[in-house]
Amino acid sequence: MENNSSTLLQLQTRYGEDTFTQQTTKDEMLTLWVPMDKIVDVLTFLKKEVTEPFKLLFDLTAIDERTKNRGANHVPKSSFTLVYHLFSFTRNEFIRLKVGLVGDFPTAPSISSLWANANWYEREVYDMFGIRFSGHPHMSRILMPRTWVGHPLRKEHPARATEMGPFQLYDDKVDLEQAALKFNPEEWGLQRQSDDSDFMFLNIGPQHPGTHGVLRIILQLDGEDIVDAIPDIGFHHRGAEKMGERQSWHTYIPYTDRIDYLGGVMNNLAYLQGVEKLAGIEVPERVKYIRVMLCELFRIASHLVWYGTFAQDIGQLSPVFYMFSDREKIFDIIEGICGGRMHPNWFRIGGVAQDLPKGWEALVQSFIDYFPKRLKEYDNMVMKNSIFKARTVGIGIFTLEEAIEWGVTGPNLRACGMDWDFRKKRPYSGYEMFDFEVPTASNGDCYDRAIVRVAEMRQSLRIVEQCLKNMPDGPFKSDHPLTTPPVKKNTMHDIETLITHFLGVSWGPVIPAGEAMSCIEATKGANGYYLTSDGNTSPYRVRIRTPSFPHMQMLPYISKGYTVADLLSILGAMDYVLADIDR
Amino acid sequence: MEAAAPNYFLIIGGVLFVMLNVAAALIWIERRMLALWQDRYGPNRAGPFGLLIIAADSLKLFFKQDWTPPFADKPVFVLAPAIVVVSVLLSFVVIPFAPGIIVADLNIGLLFFLAMSSMGAYSIILGGWASNNKYSLLGAMRGAAQMISYEVFMGLALMGVVLMAGSFNLREIVEAQSGLWFFIPQILGFVIFFIAGIAETHRLPLDIPEAESELIAGFHSEYSGMKFGMFFIGEYMGITLISCMVVTLYFGGWLGPDFLPPIVWFIIKVAAFLMIFILLRASMPRPRYDQLMEFGWKILLPLTLLNLMVTAAVVLWLEG
Repeated sequence: MENNSSTLLQLQTRYGEDTFTQQTTKDEMLTLWVPMDKIVDVLTFLKKEVTEPFKLLFDLTAIDERTKNRGANHVPKSSFTLVYHLFSFTRNEFIRLKVGLVGDFPTAPSISSLWANANWYEREVYDMFGIRFSGHPHMSRILMPRTWVGHPLRKEHPARATEMGPFQLYDDKVDLEQAALKFNPEEWGLQRQSDDSDFMFLNIGPQHPGTHGVLRIILQLDGEDIVDAIPDIGFHHRGAEKMGERQSWHTYIPYTDRIDYLGGVMNNLAYLQGVEKLAGIEVPERVKYIRVMLCELFRIASHLVWYGTFAQDIGQLSPVFYMFSDREKIFDIIEGICGGRMHPNWFRIGGVAQDLPKGWEALVQSFIDYFPKRLKEYDNMVMKNSIFKARTVGIGIFTLEEAIEWGVTGPNLRACGMDWDFRKKRPYSGYEMFDFEVPTASNGDCYDRAIVRVAEMRQSLRIVEQCLKNMPDGPFKSDHPLTTPPVKKNTMHDIETLITHFLGVSWGPVIPAGEAMSCIEATKGANGYYLTSDGNTSPYRVRIRTPSFPHMQMLPYISKGYTVADLLSILGAMDYVLADIDR
Repeated sequence: MEAAAPNYFLIIGGVLFVMLNVAAALIWIERRMLALWQDRYGPNRAGPFGLLIIAADSLKLFFKQDWTPPFADKPVFVLAPAIVVVSVLLSFVVIPFAPGIIVADLNIGLLFFLAMSSMGAYSIILGGWASNNKYSLLGAMRGAAQMISYEVFMGLALMGVVLMAGSFNLREIVEAQSGLWFFIPQILGFVIFFIAGIAETHRLPLDIPEAESELIAGFHSEYSGMKFGMFFIGEYMGITLISCMVVTLYFGGWLGPDFLPPIVWFIIKVAAFLMIFILLRASMPRPRYDQLMEFGWKILLPLTLLNLMVTAAVVLWLEG
């Protein structure tokens, strides 16, 4: 908090006391309202001039404020709010800037020339809210189909099919959709030929064995060399953020499971960290340990899938089978504890769904004994293989500065040599109690990204082992009244608890008005949920900041000049899932 | 020679029958062996040990819609898969399976084999070109470069054997190995021939013209039904052919201790090499196209030439 006030002071001395309106939030993050005409200036100052600058544009999003129950929170009135989250590695501090926009379809200045990764974020805001950015090089839809009518995250846009008229596919609509599918290189800013060669356009995906999901990449090729690559995303978009606005705080948890679908309960954690901040819930020790253990098991599971499929992208057929059968062993543990496998939906507001079952120790112990040997075997099979090295060393390099400029987090950032891990630097859910290392590598190429992930699996295993040894006794749920489902044991003794319990179970909890952002080190990088509550049974706005989105945005930048075969190495090493990009 | 005629047709029929069946059986063998090495079951439901998967697979291929894309160059599109099967089958003509079991005892048998394997490159190029698909085209381009380059090393590697045996006749080459199998003096030639053989049959790790994770199925992306089946069978016959050639040229062909008949020795040796082909597929990643080319021209070519010169010098010295 001391640092926070110094940032504010610096900003105020430069721009005047009255420029900023400070807002208090539940996550105690410095939150400032900035007038629209000053925002580009302020952001430039924070990125480039201030001491210990905010180098990372962590997130950029908007909120439709028009139907919000504003209550007593004294903030400027606006119909839309743009929210910028910046992060400074040197200060280890977030800052949130807000810009109020007036009017139904407002325009804001673009910052895409200030941060490389602002480009897609601004397109997303345009796509979802209809807010235009002046000065943006390619203001077009990004997640929704090009023929979509309306902007989904605006409050007047229907959230479910029953609110819309019946769907009918008239002939002219067919023609329109067909015309929209026609590929026209100029629309993507691609040239058909250069001075000395005609380019070939190769459409990779959305159905392609190498893209790991419904991702489309438009390649501009000169022979087999990539001149430009343009990812076309949105095929996996399910409106997870929109759904948050009509689900209750509690019933939204299973949706989060499916964001990074390899991360399982790790997504629950990211979301619940935010909810618990809003509600002011402190969870018991045992809950922290259970959560950490399951999260780390899922980190290993996710990395195993990445490991196997990466090797397969390089052409090695067998590893993927070994790694999937190891993942099965993890799922045996998960299944024993949660009952579910990939999407166990196990964490709850203020705790976990149930206590650990009898005999869980034996399951976890057998995996801890079994796994290190296998990892060693995989090192010999994959990491030390000379063809594998030839395909990955020196491919898809980016430097640390470029990584931060593009918003890269997680193992991909650590492969550039920075030991930034949110578990270590901003511990959450009790990670400060565990002894583990943050593996890094130095070259920032595909091979180094692999080294970091492989080393991370060993560290995760260490954490799981510590959970096993030190698992504390105690309740598996907090006794805070907003814990959902609430603790039952007192309900029959006094009327107050009975009422809270009844409401908590029937309506779902009413989370106090406010806003909070959580940020966790997910399997693929920094995953953040920025939650806004206006004191209702469901969130007013759920913003999900996923790591894969900025990673994929970087693809054109790091794949230019390589060949088609290298593109597969780059994609494989990136470790993304489409649900994590499109949400 | 009146009496020899029926025998002759028997051999032709026999070789044809056996080779087509070996190719079909390899579907099952490869899938079972891959499964064994990859910790899974593989096809184990149809018939004993899943053997009927061969019948099921063949029936499936025959009854699938035989679709020719409207944008393809039809005559060439149909011709391409036939070329691979014909050229590989014709190569078997010169293989001496055992004393007396050979279709055509050509005195230029080895050259005939090289000529036929060059023909195989046409099927990839024509198939990829006629498909009129960008993935196929990329695959065909890669395939053409790869096969033509590796043919060079293949041919040059074989010359060591020819020098030692003093003949292009495969039967005489086998007979010349009665003292010492050629893979000992010609170990370098053997390794290079085997690598070139993998490249010729474009099997993993050198399946660059297909490269599933990059090019979907490369040159045969557009093929379906029995036209695809021809490529499929052609590939299996290709690895059988390369195994037969390796055995004939370097591992003494049918030669072996007397307690087993020569043909059995030949089959055992070929089977061992088929297994190596499958094991390679289970274990190796795929190099990049330009890396393969670099490896060929910068490493294999000098090595082959060195091998050839040393062999020639030694042969001359021994004779002189």
